[in-house]
Amino acid sequence: MLSARHETGLVLFPAFDWAIEATHPEREERLLYTRDQICEEGLLDLEGVREYRPEPVSVADVQRVHFCPSGVETVAGESHRIAAGGALRLARAWHAGDIERGFALVRPPGHHAQRVMHGGRGFCAINNEAIMIEALRQQHDIRRVAIIDTDCHHGDGTQDIYWHDPDVLFISIHQDGRTLYPGTGFMDEQGGPNAVGATVNIPLPPRTSDAGYLEIVRDTVLPILEDFEPELVINSAGQDNHFADPLTDMDFSARGYAELTRLLAPDLAVLEGGYSIESALPYINMGILLAMTGLESDHVVEPYRRPSGGVQPEEITEAVRRIGTRTRAVWAKREQRQAQLHAVSDECAHRTREIYYDTIDAFEHQHEAVRLCRHCGGALRIATRIGDGPQTLAVHVPLYACDDCRRAALRWFELAPDEGFAAAFLQDRPADRYLIR
Amino acid sequence: MIIGLDVGGTHADIVLLGPEGVRARAKVDTDPDDLGATLLEALDRVLHATEPTAVRRVVLSTTLTTNAVVGAGLSPVGMLVCAGPGVDPALYRTGEHYAVVPGAIDHRGREISPLDLDAVDLCAERFAAAGIRYVGVVGKFSTRNPAHELGIAERIAERFERVFTGHRVSGQLNFPRRIATTHLAASVYPLHRNFYEAIAEALRTRGVSAPVHLLKADGGTLSLAASLDSPAETVLSGPAASVMGAIPVASPEEDVVVLDIGGTTTEIALLSGGSPLLEPLGITIGATRTLIRALLSRSIGVGGDSEVRCVEGKITIGPRRLGAPLARGGPALTPTDALIALGESERGDPQVATAGVAELAAELGCEPAMAARAVIDHACRRIMAAVDGLVDQVNGSHVDTIHELLDGHRIRPARILVLGGPAESLAPHLARRSQLPVELVPDSGVANAIGAAMARPTDALSLIADTEQGWVSCSGSDRQWRCDRSYRREQALEQARALLFERLGPEAGTPELEVVEDLEFNIVRGFSTVGRNIRLTLQVKPGLLEPFTPEHAKVAVC
Ligand SMILES: [Zn+2]
Ligand SMILES: [Zn+2]
Ligand SMILES: [Zn+2]
Repeated sequence: MLSARHETGLVLFPAFDWAIEATHPEREERLLYTRDQICEEGLLDLEGVREYRPEPVSVADVQRVHFCPSGVETVAGESHRIAAGGALRLARAWHAGDIERGFALVRPPGHHAQRVMHGGRGFCAINNEAIMIEALRQQHDIRRVAIIDTDCHHGDGTQDIYWHDPDVLFISIHQDGRTLYPGTGFMDEQGGPNAVGATVNIPLPPRTSDAGYLEIVRDTVLPILEDFEPELVINSAGQDNHFADPLTDMDFSARGYAELTRLLAPDLAVLEGGYSIESALPYINMGILLAMTGLESDHVVEPYRRPSGGVQPEEITEAVRRIGTRTRAVWAKREQRQAQLHAVSDECAHRTREIYYDTIDAFEHQHEAVRLCRHCGGALRIATRIGDGPQTLAVHVPLYACDDCRRAALRWFELAPDEGFAAAFLQDRPADRYLIR
Repeated sequence: MIIGLDVGGTHADIVLLGPEGVRARAKVDTDPDDLGATLLEALDRVLHATEPTAVRRVVLSTTLTTNAVVGAGLSPVGMLVCAGPGVDPALYRTGEHYAVVPGAIDHRGREISPLDLDAVDLCAERFAAAGIRYVGVVGKFSTRNPAHELGIAERIAERFERVFTGHRVSGQLNFPRRIATTHLAASVYPLHRNFYEAIAEALRTRGVSAPVHLLKADGGTLSLAASLDSPAETVLSGPAASVMGAIPVASPEEDVVVLDIGGTTTEIALLSGGSPLLEPLGITIGATRTLIRALLSRSIGVGGDSEVRCVEGKITIGPRRLGAPLARGGPALTPTDALIALGESERGDPQVATAGVAELAAELGCEPAMAARAVIDHACRRIMAAVDGLVDQVNGSHVDTIHELLDGHRIRPARILVLGGPAESLAPHLARRSQLPVELVPDSGVANAIGAAMARPTDALSLIADTEQGWVSCSGSDRQWRCDRSYRREQALEQARALLFERLGPEAGTPELEVVEDLEFNIVRGFSTVGRNIRLTLQVKPGLLEPFTPEHAKVAVC
């Protein structure tokens, strides 16, 4: 009998009774053919592979990460809470030492879900990875985490959640935002003033092939990971870089995904997007799972013609190489740049944003302030409203907040009614509580 | 009248059941070299109680094929496999004669590379030259489209005595298990055929013309004639008989744990709604995982005759059995000796048992009575932990839908039924260890024989329809037919039902069918629906042919 080289946990939850809409890419049978392929290959029988059943995450688990002004229940349904729960189930098994690695094949995805969620964004409602990580960090002695988002779309939600957290390295490799939803993830987005460089965006040109993708991972991502010394490595394993994906323009293959997984060697991988449900997903998932277990995947080849033949145009090879060089240079100077920022600062750094919600066709207006701090991620306040709706204040105390930041944040929350906010929410992470007033 | 016959490696048990209960029973020694003689002797011991023509059903269960599988007394088999993308099929090699031929089918049953018949011919030639007479043919995704398996089988049919194809084995997806199961079917075939002929001959000689059935690992029966097509199904039917024998005393309203406590092991199974739970895919024989439908059961190496030792001041039990208990002339201390020493079992020499327990007590540094109780306690704790583990495993097993995850049935045992040799003495101890009531299956000596005799025929069938491609196919048969875009789940269900009844035969009547898989998906191209993918799996739950109360079992006329 075949056995896995690494003890691997798997959550395979296809949610056959849930879809956004009948012909929406995020529909019932999205994981049907993947499940078929995994079952037919007998991968669940492998010695050392263990399947886990997901359990829905609690409202408290969601509130550790998100502010949902309209209530968690209105934003996240059962399917969302089960998907996040699948990831969390594996994280707990990993932490307990029952498995070396875990792969959560769950839907719907979550990486477009930001800290404040007024509704769904880009097929996502709540951030599966962040909910998993924060539950683990809250309850166990884990602080430094790296997330490598290899979905073809920029992981703008995860980036937003960890923008100010110096202990979480977020690397997103995606198709250039000028050519694809959500239109963000440029190289100059590098993290907030207390976490400079902890956000790394690697936008790749359309038609990047296995060669370019794997080169970036080998020469740029792996060295950065090594520098950061994370205690836990997460892969947001989107599968829409595949050449057969209907929504994107990249040229990645199933064997490429297997090699990518082998290189990253994530502790936990969580499925994100990927919508070529018949032609790509069954083969990609098989490749990823075989790579996680440490088995060879040379025979995982798509059974049809690849339009490019797998050959990457010369100009793309060069463009990718330039992006890698620049990313490494920026990374090397991160501490220097943060020191410069803090040298000239006053009390708070501010940013104002308009965020589009494709599901409700509305703009969210956000004004965000973070307390500049050398000791922690900094107290964070977000004034938010949808369209001309009422102003709401969301206050976040980071899990490892210093005393000054925590005091400042609690005071913001207290004063909210005086400042004219219709409602105020407090994420008090050191006390693991969520308050509303 | 029904005859139930269990042919084991050392002896054979036979019962004759009438409407009033057990009319006759006997135990004879098995002669492995002359099965016919064994069967005739067993029949003669019960047929005095009835006219042979009054027998309307004969059910056999046997461990002979299992013993052959474990003991590797099987004939060499050639395997022809075609695969496609995925794990290297060379890793599933079953033995010396194993060849991978070009050709592949994908997850929707579409041909992605054509079958290479020249390669098939070459392999067949090599197999034939090596004296191979039985061949297994298995394709990846052959349950979605058996075309390649059928193509190979047809091509090589006349060169070999018998060719087995993978899609006939099961409708379930699992290529490595399909290979293993098909290989098993081909390798036990000659042995099974001898068994078949011996049974037919013995019954003919004694004038019994009733239909003959074999007990399967799922606790259901299969007609003797049909067993020639799927000989692997009857391997390892032993544990099923006991579980079926517990059904009459189990309430159909409750979830129930069945413990069959033997000399070497304890087998654990679960009943829900009066039917045993089945393995999700199939039984594991030795290290081989198969697609043979089987009762869900776990075996732990704790039984009445398990070896008891003291290791670093702690009691360990099993998994070895060195022989009979000390008190019955055996070589090592056993849980049974502890029971005898405590005066809770009379079958053995209490002085020998007490001396054995005293030795253990000296090692543990405690009173002998305390040591004896500690041994029993340890055995019970191990058994109960295994029960909890099995229940957790069932409740944590794979689900595909939000509905099943949130509202699906969870097993919550309300009662424990025990049978087997040491069951009676251990039952009160188990009861003390468990929150659940523990009950003894009455007269457990015949319970398994009755279970076998009364088991009803079972079968399962998977239907898959792809209305975009316009075809429907069924597991377990070579049949495929066309359908159009308007084909619906309701039609599919009706066709599957009809096919399953046809396969079960008239003797089975019209048993209640259970739909265990019921999925229907749109096939979407771009943003429009171009067809439907319908998947149904129907099965007859294992159960007893007609109501059989515990009172029937008690009327034992020998
Ligand atoms: Zn995506
Ligand atoms: Zn401001
Ligand atoms: Zn601070």
